[in-house]
Amino acid sequence: MESNKYLDDISQIKNMMSKSSRFISLSGLSGILAGIYSLIGAYAAHTILTDANYIAKPINRPILSYDVTEQLFIIAALVIVLSISTAIFFSKRKSKKSGEKIWDTTSKRLVVNFLIPLVTGGLFSLILIQKQFIGLVAASTLIFYGLACVNASKYTLGDVRYLGMANIIIGLVATQFIGYGLYFWALGFGVFHIFYGALMYYKYDRK
Amino acid sequence: MGLINNINKAFDHRIRLGMMSILMVNDYADFNMFKELLDVTDGNLASHAKALEKEDYIKVEKQFIGRKPNTRYSATPLGKQEFRKHIDALEKLIRKS
Repeated sequence: MESNKYLDDISQIKNMMSKSSRFISLSGLSGILAGIYSLIGAYAAHTILTDANYIAKPINRPILSYDVTEQLFIIAALVIVLSISTAIFFSKRKSKKSGEKIWDTTSKRLVVNFLIPLVTGGLFSLILIQKQFIGLVAASTLIFYGLACVNASKYTLGDVRYLGMANIIIGLVATQFIGYGLYFWALGFGVFHIFYGALMYYKYDRK
Repeated sequence: MGLINNINKAFDHRIRLGMMSILMVNDYADFNMFKELLDVTDGNLASHAKALEKEDYIKVEKQFIGRKPNTRYSATPLGKQEFRKHIDALEKLIRKS
């Protein structure tokens, strides 16, 4: 009897430690969907670039017209907005089930710590564009996104760390294959997200 | 029976145990955070906080955020040390049985 009480105590301690420091209502489904949006976005971008006769000449590329650049930005923005809203939607649904508040100390801490490397990376990538180092943009977004995931992993499901490391690695690899950024993007933001989301879904959500 | 000695009576309650657990992994926690996580009433929480404060296991700071009074709690080094001992004792007891 006594040792049951001790067991309860230990599980209460563990439960409180993780509940008070980690936001666990992230759903694997939002990862899967974010990956799918990214793949659709990458496909659309690929189509636009093919039409602009861009893909065929990886080395000696024509300057992109203003229209094409604008279209690419719109696609990127759409993918980001859709992914974030999906993540919020599924987290809300999941937090209702688990009784966790969606906007509390843990989720605020998660968002802040995720955004610090991410915003830095976003600004850095814009600077790369400004300074005409377009070829490195894909690599830099992947690397900083990976760093953001690694940093955020301390405040949510620890597995996000591996998604982050995978993105950092292919980001670094992408620096050696300038001109093929779109394929690395599709792999990192698309395939990795779907794979990671599915894993998380089976591990945490299906109970 | 040396083991039993390490079971700290001050932590032998669900709420105080929860408060200490939260303060082990967070630099600070405020009243509302405890309330949400532990699901207790104000009065109940205040009295358990008092008990831990009296043992010098937690530190209480009252301050104002804007115009709202805010009480924030943190674990003292002594509190952290004692709580670690308590966890060790619990784990040993479980392994024994």
